Amino acid sequence: MEFVTQHPILVVSLVKIVILLFLTLTTLAYLTWFERKVVAHIQSRWGPYYVGAHGLLQPLADGLKFLFKEDLTPPGADQLVYILAPFLALSLALTTLALIPFGPSTITILGQPTQLIIANVNIGLMFVFAITSIGVYGVALAGWSSNSKYPLLGGLRSSAQMVSYEVALTLSVVGVVLLAGTLNFDAMIADQSGYYLHFIPRWHIFPQIIGFMCYFTSAIAETNRVPFDLPEAETELVAGFHTEYSSFKFAMFFMAEYANMLTVSCLATILFLGGWLSPFPDRWTFLHYLPGVGLIGLALYLAYDAAILARGIARIQLIVITLGAFVLGALCFYPPVMVVIQGPFWFLLKVGFILFVYVWMRGTLPRFRYDQLMSFGWKLLLPVSLANLVGTALWIVWPLLVKHG
Amino acid sequence: MSLAFILFFIFALIAVAGAVLLIVAREPIHSALALILVMMSLAALYLMLGAEFIAAVQIIVYAGAIMVLFVFVIMLLNAGVEERTNWSKIATYAGIPLGVLLLLELAHWMAHSAMGATLASGAGAPNEMASTQALSQLLFQTYLFPFEATSILILIAILGALVLAKRDE
Amino acid sequence: MNAVPISFYLVLSAVLFGLGVVAFVFKRNIITIFMAIELMLNAVNLAFVAFARAWNQLDGLVFVFFVIVVAAAEAAVGLAIAIALYQNRDSLNIERVNLLKF
Repeated sequence: MEFVTQHPILVVSLVKIVILLFLTLTTLAYLTWFERKVVAHIQSRWGPYYVGAHGLLQPLADGLKFLFKEDLTPPGADQLVYILAPFLALSLALTTLALIPFGPSTITILGQPTQLIIANVNIGLMFVFAITSIGVYGVALAGWSSNSKYPLLGGLRSSAQMVSYEVALTLSVVGVVLLAGTLNFDAMIADQSGYYLHFIPRWHIFPQIIGFMCYFTSAIAETNRVPFDLPEAETELVAGFHTEYSSFKFAMFFMAEYANMLTVSCLATILFLGGWLSPFPDRWTFLHYLPGVGLIGLALYLAYDAAILARGIARIQLIVITLGAFVLGALCFYPPVMVVIQGPFWFLLKVGFILFVYVWMRGTLPRFRYDQLMSFGWKLLLPVSLANLVGTALWIVWPLLVKHG
Repeated sequence: MSLAFILFFIFALIAVAGAVLLIVAREPIHSALALILVMMSLAALYLMLGAEFIAAVQIIVYAGAIMVLFVFVIMLLNAGVEERTNWSKIATYAGIPLGVLLLLELAHWMAHSAMGATLASGAGAPNEMASTQALSQLLFQTYLFPFEATSILILIAILGALVLAKRDE
Repeated sequence: MNAVPISFYLVLSAVLFGLGVVAFVFKRNIITIFMAIELMLNAVNLAFVAFARAWNQLDGLVFVFFVIVVAAAEAAVGLAIAIALYQNRDSLNIERVNLLKF
């Protein structure tokens, strides 16, 4: 225990990293389930429903499949770079989650008080963009090292697209930085507290709606999702830069894409949607029961499902999940937990909403052609982001200009 | 051996290893990856020196944009798969010891010079020195003219690159 | 916890610069030579940041900023020249481009 007291920051950070990594990897796996279910329902069919109750064991089955597939290397591939590329992609995608604040409260781990963020850097926003800009290498090197035409073309196109939309991404966010006056995430969220006209929360999406649109569009292009996913579309380039990858390395690319999506959604929530702030006034303390009530409601629905609708082994699984939901819901009524869970609850709700919009777009929109994509990024999105930046700067400086004549 | 020394030696070792890999690697793509490794370890060293904004700029611009340009050009041109450099014997047997000697002499004179005391001090605790606000005030007030001049320089570079790389149609 | 003396950073900068010069002199691929130039610029940046910390002034950091920007412009133009060279001589080996008229 002396090790803990002598190196408090190190041990507490390690514990937080382990917890966050575990939660994130589970979330990534179930994000694939969520996407398949939502896209299926948009297309008037059921998604996975056979493997486990409501298809909830599908990610597990997919993981096992990826582990047991044959792992072959294309002949003539550059060994070091071929293995390095998926590792780079996944590790960079997961690193940005260390900078995200999940809530305001201070919790106690191993006797040391600590915040709900792993690294509270003063220029957090710049480091997130730094890590995102290195993420281009994962894609480019994967395409090149496969020693084959289609991955090379797909990799080059994909990385050119990512680099182009990165400019628009960073520019669309500068308006928010000007409004908040800081690059620190905690301070940015604190700047979004309070209300316009006593009922509209003072989130940055309202003054910066153009910035939000530019940011969201650039983010979708940056993460290579529909409608900007030509480089990895099946009908166009086989499978783009990850054609020659099999089994676990392909799973790593897959997870890296979803982790990027998660990071970008967390960033959108912090910058534009108020982070862990609740949209309702803080006086309404009855809303503190909302997480617990929500979980108990989910547990009741699952209980109805288990009792009436399910058959066989699905019934047993549903009973187990219902019990788990009841326990979690009861835990949310326990006072210390209820205070701490408010921030993360609203944060995850907003992130979930943005992820839902992502998946909704995937099910609805057709994809751009590559030249349309590039001209959209450079000729429309970049000027609009610049105009937003100049407009915001003028709006902030205008009172000073008028005062000094 | 305090934590700062250990971290410095780790990052310095990675930087030097990357530079040596740049020289020794046979394929240009491996040299590019080694240079990216050097840049990332230098960014970590900038963080240790208290310059956090410059570390972020180094990663975003240098490692994330300039090196991407290098990697694209290497991939597009399929640049020079194998190159064999025949190191002359004189360079290896006389050059390396002389280089090391030069380095030792530089280090000796740095430690015993007038600046030696400052240089050996480690310059105190990290303060608000390199805050983004202070840096931007300096950039936009004292160094405004060089700032505008570099923006014109970038414009000229863009035009030059476009003209040079265009195929003759 | 004593901090690392500034002279350590300067020695590291000198070592990296020397290795950059070695790569510049001994390599034959023009793109690798450009990368050696970038390595030398990085070594100089490290020296600037170390001195900015030693004298506790921010001007060194502003200079690093400008060096990075100029290196970006130079890399863009240099690589465009390399591409034009490849299109004309079909090789990136500098020993093949030592004739003024082919």
